Amino acid sequence: MEAEKVDEIIDRHPAKQEVLIQLLLDMQNEFNWIPKQAILRINERLQIPLSQIYRVASFYKAMSLTPRGKHIVNVCLGTACHVRGGPRIMDKVEESLKIKAGKTTQDMKFTLERVNCLGCCALGPVIVVDKDYYGNVTTAKVKEILESYD
Amino acid sequence: MARINSNTELEELRQEILSKRDQNKPRIAVCAGTGCLASGAAKVIAALKEEIKKQGLNADVDIKETGCPGFCERGPIMVIYPEEICYLQVKPDDIPEIISETIKERKVIDRLLYTDPTTGEKVTHESEIPFYKNQKRLLIGTNINIDPKSIEDYLAIGGYRALAKALFDMTPEQVLEEVKRANLRGRGGGGFPAAKKWETTRNVPREPKYVIVNADEGDPGAFMDRAVLEGNPHSVLEGLVISAYTIGSHEGFIYVRQEYPLAVENVDIAIKQAEEYGFLGQNILGSGFDFIVNVHRGAGAFVSGESSALMTAIEGKVGEPRPKYIRTAVSGIWERPSNLNNVETLANVPLIINNGAEWFTSIGTEGSKGTKIFSLVGKVNNTGLVEVPMGMSLREIIYNIGGGIPGDKKFKAVQTGGPSGGVIPEQYLDTPVDFDELTKLGSMMGSGGMIVMDEDTCVVDVARYFVDFLCDESCGKCIPCREGLKHMREVLNNIVEGKGNEGDIELLEELSRLMTKASLCALGTSAANPVSTTIRYFGDEYQAHIKESKCPALVCKELVSYYIEPSKCQACMICLRNCPVEAISGGKNQIHVIDQAKCIKCGVCFDACPTRFGAVIKISGEPVPASLPEKERSLVRGKK
Repeated sequence: MEAEKVDEIIDRHPAKQEVLIQLLLDMQNEFNWIPKQAILRINERLQIPLSQIYRVASFYKAMSLTPRGKHIVNVCLGTACHVRGGPRIMDKVEESLKIKAGKTTQDMKFTLERVNCLGCCALGPVIVVDKDYYGNVTTAKVKEILESYD
Repeated sequence: MARINSNTELEELRQEILSKRDQNKPRIAVCAGTGCLASGAAKVIAALKEEIKKQGLNADVDIKETGCPGFCERGPIMVIYPEEICYLQVKPDDIPEIISETIKERKVIDRLLYTDPTTGEKVTHESEIPFYKNQKRLLIGTNINIDPKSIEDYLAIGGYRALAKALFDMTPEQVLEEVKRANLRGRGGGGFPAAKKWETTRNVPREPKYVIVNADEGDPGAFMDRAVLEGNPHSVLEGLVISAYTIGSHEGFIYVRQEYPLAVENVDIAIKQAEEYGFLGQNILGSGFDFIVNVHRGAGAFVSGESSALMTAIEGKVGEPRPKYIRTAVSGIWERPSNLNNVETLANVPLIINNGAEWFTSIGTEGSKGTKIFSLVGKVNNTGLVEVPMGMSLREIIYNIGGGIPGDKKFKAVQTGGPSGGVIPEQYLDTPVDFDELTKLGSMMGSGGMIVMDEDTCVVDVARYFVDFLCDESCGKCIPCREGLKHMREVLNNIVEGKGNEGDIELLEELSRLMTKASLCALGTSAANPVSTTIRYFGDEYQAHIKESKCPALVCKELVSYYIEPSKCQACMICLRNCPVEAISGGKNQIHVIDQAKCIKCGVCFDACPTRFGAVIKISGEPVPASLPEKERSLVRGKK
């Protein structure tokens, strides 16, 4: 992680405490997680207490305080996907990756997340890997989908 | 582009834009909303651009990447103008034919048209497809004509005319009066009269005042606001500026979830364009009124959609609700008077100003005026967004527009209002849908999620699903919500696992009452609705789980066993090979048998068994038949 990049992100916003959430989101998008150095730097430059930054970063689902895998697998468990069999797809993905939702595989290849609705309910049950959408997924298709990523 | 400084200049610009447009020039509109993109619209658009270039038609055809027209089930959607030919489920391979046949030869390609499932008839025009024909699409009907990234497209359909009218021909009091007479109620869930909120904020003698768009659409299974914001962001901006003018606010916020990246992108672009043209910023349209807008991205917390929580988040703090002894309309962001409206509510405002309150009140029911957009999802043939006049019955929405339940299954219930709403059974299908009628049934309009369930859906499991969702999303600030939900989840988990006890239903009812009365914000006070309505209408299913360890819908994993019907098994080895735990024994010409002790109930065998055999079945509430003795397992095939 480059300290310069962190500074550059901080500079994108006005130096006010109210930008904290937007700032952390930008960090997340840039680094795929929020590294400790970034939090320390925000504290130093914007004079926001560490406790407050940590509280915000740990409250929101979009922010991760641990590094995430190369590929993000999102299994949709919104209501529409749920009634169309989403939970069984989640079971199958967990079993295939040998991790629970919210965790990252040891080789840092995949992070598995559950998401509550992506708004493409017509395709349910849906899996999204990075930016690729897979609709009408069945348990039989899961393995094939995951194996197509390296 | 020079900024516009008066109403006259605006109309001149509009005429100029329209005069440059040839209505007879072929125009291909492709939905590039999130739903269609997920089903491959980006590839279709790329193929389209390439083919047009290849055939040297760049100057003769316009391509428009539009927002969502609603028929997500059949995406990617393409509409070709001026004929309004609607092609569904278009694939990149179809493109060369579309260009050479439809664009060049003006011939319709039958295969890509909508086919009526009952009559088998082909429907050519978008407006004649039953899914659209039975709607009244005031808000999302124009989406297919607009590139959301083009302010000119919005101006071409009369955009910002309402703003000019409000600024130049009406006083803030008159605008307020008009919206009041229109009886516009909040589309975000509560149905609170918008004008009343505006008036409260307006009358607080403190400055500055803020106006906010709530686009933190967190209900799972609902995406109406996204379609409006993504597909027609200027309509929301226009409504917002009008509300600011009425209230006397000079700064506003759009709070949009970052899970909707396309909406964020389109809103950012729209704001920049509106600033350039003089619809935002200093001295708007030369009227002397100033107003600026900031975008705040939400970071994934359902509770932050609650008004006080949302405003706390805008301040950069953790988005948790506060007690509302003093309403946010009086004391919101930085304790300033702050008016919050939902996306759809604001999108209605320009329509009301342009067409008048009489026109608006001519649509809908006694207490609920105008239209409402619903996201019709779940076990329904035509998944998508539907916009209907208030008062249409659930049956009309689900059957006439939604096309009924897929696969000859039986309708069981419809869930409205998201995690705060309830489940409505078949006997109430003729209820007119409006704010008050749904509340009477123990559910609510909510923001407009409508999840259809068939006989294969377990309502206890659905109740557990919502409680589980809310349990994760409860911020934990107040005890009734935090502990109540946890306790409910525990009881429901026991029930779906077959460990329910006598008295569990009464316990759930007691918890429901307590949470409804004592929670801090609407998340907690409405959290029990999914549980209490399912108990009210489907009490026998709870009883079956508790007393007979039976899941009537064959959903709850712990209560279901998988069994291979020996008379149907064709010994094809498919299930056997797919079983992840090697629980299935058998072989070629050997009828397959599931070892119940090894089975993890993942259901892979059930999915894998070819439907023409249908040998794998689910059993609940009764013992699994004993397996055939080994020596009787050889398969005797009938001679062909």
